[in-house]
Amino acid sequence: MSTIRGRVWKYGDNVDTDAIIPARYLNVSAEDELAAHCMEDIDVEFGKEVKPGDIIVAGKNFGCGSSREHAPVAIKASGISCVVAKTFARIFFRNAINIGLPILECPEAVEEAAEDQTLEIDLASGVIHNVSTGEEHQATPYPPFMLDIIDAGGLVPYTRGKLSQKDIA
Amino acid sequence: MEKRKPLTMAQKILAAHVTEKVHVGDFTDVEVDMVLANDITAPLAIQEFERLGVDDVFDKERIALIPDHFAPNKDIKSAEQCKIMREFAHAHDIVNYFEVGRMGIEHALLPEQGLVLPGDVVVGADSHTCTYGALGAFATGMGSTDIAVAMATGSIWMRVPETTRIVYEGELQPWVSGKDLILYTIGRIGVDGALYRALEFTGSAIDTLPMAGRFTMANMAIEAGAMAGLFPVDEKTEAYMSERDEHLYEAYAADEGAEYAEVIEIDASAIEPQVAFPHLPSNARPLSRVEPIEIDQVVIGSCTNGRWDDLLQAAEILRGREVNDNLRCIIIPGTQAIYLRAVREGLAEVFVQAGAVFSTPTCGPCLGGYMGVLAAGERCVSTTNRNFVGRMGHVESEVYLASPAVAAASAVLGYIGGPKEVVQTG
Ligand code: SF4
Repeated sequence: MSTIRGRVWKYGDNVDTDAIIPARYLNVSAEDELAAHCMEDIDVEFGKEVKPGDIIVAGKNFGCGSSREHAPVAIKASGISCVVAKTFARIFFRNAINIGLPILECPEAVEEAAEDQTLEIDLASGVIHNVSTGEEHQATPYPPFMLDIIDAGGLVPYTRGKLSQKDIA
Repeated sequence: MEKRKPLTMAQKILAAHVTEKVHVGDFTDVEVDMVLANDITAPLAIQEFERLGVDDVFDKERIALIPDHFAPNKDIKSAEQCKIMREFAHAHDIVNYFEVGRMGIEHALLPEQGLVLPGDVVVGADSHTCTYGALGAFATGMGSTDIAVAMATGSIWMRVPETTRIVYEGELQPWVSGKDLILYTIGRIGVDGALYRALEFTGSAIDTLPMAGRFTMANMAIEAGAMAGLFPVDEKTEAYMSERDEHLYEAYAADEGAEYAEVIEIDASAIEPQVAFPHLPSNARPLSRVEPIEIDQVVIGSCTNGRWDDLLQAAEILRGREVNDNLRCIIIPGTQAIYLRAVREGLAEVFVQAGAVFSTPTCGPCLGGYMGVLAAGERCVSTTNRNFVGRMGHVESEVYLASPAVAAASAVLGYIGGPKEVVQTG
């Protein structure tokens, strides 16, 4: 896992999956088409201005609502390198881990971060450095079980690994 | 013999589906009894399934694939998505693939078909999979990649959740239903009030609540962030199951003395019909505190309130009355069986006579798909489960969540109002 650096896109509490990718665009699963409409209903600037490496910072319960994996897929395909939130909705959390979108829980970093600031994040240690303010915060560490999935590169490679081990055994 | 620690209902069901001993907070692979996906989530799941490098699904009888969201196909892109799912179903001999004409909204259909049993673990690539908690099953929504793995291996990772127990005591007021209880509850605990937890619904008001109301409540457990929402298995559950094919099942009950993260007691007799204002299901208000807000559309249907009892309640209000001239009323039964019964028992006629649309089963307007999408500035009273920004159409449209009784009454009145107003003036 690497260090990432990017501009902050700041949002409030309960950003739901209909806001991340409206259901009317779910008649496709192509990543680029989904990315084109990411955050559209709550932030028209996002699609136009987002740059590879940018970071979403949000309040509690990020990704609440539907189970659509299209939501983390759209975020990842739009170039976002990491989502930092106070808490994540359960299904969004597992979807992000499963598809390899880095996400971190860190209420302190969220409180402090403001739109357009720059964050530097060491994904391995979970240390979030706010370049604009100079402050550093520690995100909640992942449980070991999840680290295994993350290290494998997502749930599909992780499961492939497990299945091939079974074949050998 | 070692004395076993008392367990909640969720823990007991999960314990019966894992190979190792588990505790709350543990991550573990759980064996599943049924896996489902729909026309939106299945294509992604199928794509990931192909990447897993397995030849076939774990059990062709334990997978359900349902084209319900944008089906009957609303446009060419949706048609392509449905086609991917149909071809996969045929290639793998999926027994429970429900073609348009036989399908229903997944969470109304599966229990109706007897495909979910008390004590089962069910996972679905749809957040409202939690609906089956009404039958005393541990059912939870996941993403498409999870479902790909579950379809391939018959098991998937979960974190054993803490449980919040909600106790509803007292007799319900007239026209108060499961929808009102759950809207009230979400209003009280918030949209993340049960985040990562399971909910257990109990109490004297739950004992008397019909199965339809239990499905409605379990359905919206996710709207409080819950992983699952479970009901005790009682005579009502057994009666429901006995109307289906004979299946053996094991019912699990919470142990006396089980440890809960939180216990919430609610006086159910004090709950009025509720309306959840835009743009969160937790913005619930009692009807007496709702001004007469003019509306443009009413939708009665969905996996929350598209069951027979729901249509019956709507018909009771619409019979011999007319939908207000200033709005559209769209009624959508949850399944083909409900549709047929509505035709046979005259409900279809009541609705059409009243000036309402009576549609084939589909999710349609619930997620702003089709069959009733809202324009800018339009307001809709809906029996569905979400009122997020843009959920049913334009970002400047508004959705008010309510029971079928309140929705039907509002359809007659032209503004948000209760059945009592209609029955008096009618
Ligand atoms: S009716 Fe609405 S909430 Fe239910 S499964 Fe369909 S889209 Fe989802």
